[in-house]
Amino acid sequence: MTKRTHDIRRYPGFLPMTILCLTLLYAPLIVVTIYSFNSSNSITNWEGLSLRWYVDVFTGPEAEKFKRAAWNSFTIALIAATTATTIATLAATGMIRAGQFKLRTLSFGLISLPLMVPEIVTAVATLIFFNSIGFVRGYTTILLAHIAFCIPFAYMPISARMQGVEDTYEQAALDLYASKRQAFTKILLPLMMPGIISGFLLAFIISLDDFIITNFVKGAGVETLPTAIFGAVKQGIKPNIMAISTMLLAVSIIMVTISYFISKSDNKT
Amino acid sequence: MINTTPEKSQIAVDINHVTKRYGTFTALQHMSLSIADNEFFTLLGPSGCGKTTLLRMIAGFEDVTEGEIYLFGDEIENLPPNKRPVNTVFQNYALFPHMSVTDNVAFGLEMLGRSKAEARTRAGEMLELVQLSQFANRKPSQLSGGQQQRVALARALAPQPKVLLLDEPLSALDLKLRQAMRYELKSLQRETGITFIFVTHDQEEALTMSDRIAVMSNGELQQLGAARDIYEAPHNVFVANFIGETNLLDVTVKHITGGRATCDLGGDYALSCDAIDGVSAGAQVHLSVRPERLYLSETATDAEGLEGRVRDNIFIGTDIQTIVALNNGPEIIVRTSNSDRGSSRIFEPGNAVHVNMEAGAARLLVD
Repeated sequence: MTKRTHDIRRYPGFLPMTILCLTLLYAPLIVVTIYSFNSSNSITNWEGLSLRWYVDVFTGPEAEKFKRAAWNSFTIALIAATTATTIATLAATGMIRAGQFKLRTLSFGLISLPLMVPEIVTAVATLIFFNSIGFVRGYTTILLAHIAFCIPFAYMPISARMQGVEDTYEQAALDLYASKRQAFTKILLPLMMPGIISGFLLAFIISLDDFIITNFVKGAGVETLPTAIFGAVKQGIKPNIMAISTMLLAVSIIMVTISYFISKSDNKT
Repeated sequence: MINTTPEKSQIAVDINHVTKRYGTFTALQHMSLSIADNEFFTLLGPSGCGKTTLLRMIAGFEDVTEGEIYLFGDEIENLPPNKRPVNTVFQNYALFPHMSVTDNVAFGLEMLGRSKAEARTRAGEMLELVQLSQFANRKPSQLSGGQQQRVALARALAPQPKVLLLDEPLSALDLKLRQAMRYELKSLQRETGITFIFVTHDQEEALTMSDRIAVMSNGELQQLGAARDIYEAPHNVFVANFIGETNLLDVTVKHITGGRATCDLGGDYALSCDAIDGVSAGAQVHLSVRPERLYLSETATDAEGLEGRVRDNIFIGTDIQTIVALNNGPEIIVRTSNSDRGSSRIFEPGNAVHVNMEAGAARLLVD
């Protein structure tokens, strides 16, 4: 980078503003993380370093409930993200590689619109939909709802990536006697992989994290981690909640890091 | 003259009245030409002339609006690209970035159903041919532009296509490499015996490599012939202007006698040249005179008697270009070889000079 005269770091107030923003963003997370290692029963008094609450999450009185919720969350996130990513990949291929067609702009709008619709609206709508077709609420309804709202999230990085892949690669493949299917599986798909993985990870995190829609469409007795945590918090915040939150945070950070390095390694090719 | 239409049995690609329209825009208008087997054929023209469109139609990436394309007698314009035994070297090479150099080169043969072992052996041979064996396991991104170019060539030649299509393959290289690649391409064509169809906007590239050149403009064929014929005997103003440099003089035909036209250049100058069909006395036409076929002297040595003053000298390495303002006439450019041999004296700006013309240098052209 060449040295610029209008370096933003030289504006007055840059440092305090940066500190303020970072504090607002990260202080609560840091507090929760630190206090998850507290040995006290209290959530505010620090008594000493301990893994007690992590042990409690896995073996304590609520362990079964949390384990079941975690299992639901992870399986739903896995299936929903996989399905949504597949659909989003096909949608991107159709919309970006099929050339010009009528209603193309409309299609782009329709697939990304759900990102801007307030989640509560989607939640109510999904609930009404399931009720009106007589679906019994439970694991399946959560899964279906998650697949639906994950599609636009998966679609964004995939379509961004696909727009960056020139279509001469596929033409070169066709020119070298590949069938359309071979050009897709051997050339386009590998080149799209960074976008597809990003899309999958994003969808996975969004599904894992979702509360509002899940809370509306879940049946009695079926919980995901966020709804289980919310249920537990209603009876008073115990430090084991902070341990669970910290573990969820760790999972998110790991996934974001993976996603970052995949997109970074791709830049080299 | 090599400028003859190839015999039917030797035709590799036959373009028969091909038209390409995009909506109301006509990219190619009733194009007809025959490309001989084992020929280095060049489609030359400015951007937007339709040369790349024609190439992509032969490859199968563009539909043909009207007309037919034959490949060794077989009609191919309705076949998909993967059913046509032609391969393309793309402008930006389009090497598959996720595959090694060997996998790139072997791709075509594998898609044709050859065994992996056979495809890789053949890929190895091709890489040897383009002198890249030591880079076989690298990724394309780890190669220089010139090396990528040669991988693209090897990849396109590996399946032994009947015709190789090259879409401005040298345009991304720097000048020195581009010049070296010209000879390499030409010798590769001779070694393999495969018909090359080469698209370029660079007339020097076309002149140095091609057996025959098709000059195109505005979706139409302007002239078809050997490099030398096109340079020495351009059919029209466009070709004369596009190929090399020329003095294009506006003249009026005074009279035609015995197949020679005498043309009025203004300022009492009369130039004579071979008459052409369809031009009669009084016609407003153009004379094309190549600057290297003019020479300067202190006293007149030819009958035309062009006189003027030197305006400027431009040094261009091998040659010196002198701009002369003819007395009561237009400016004319004279090119003198930058060597001590011959009578190449340099006249300084302001000097009075005579401009002399080699016999047959002036060519009469209509618009």
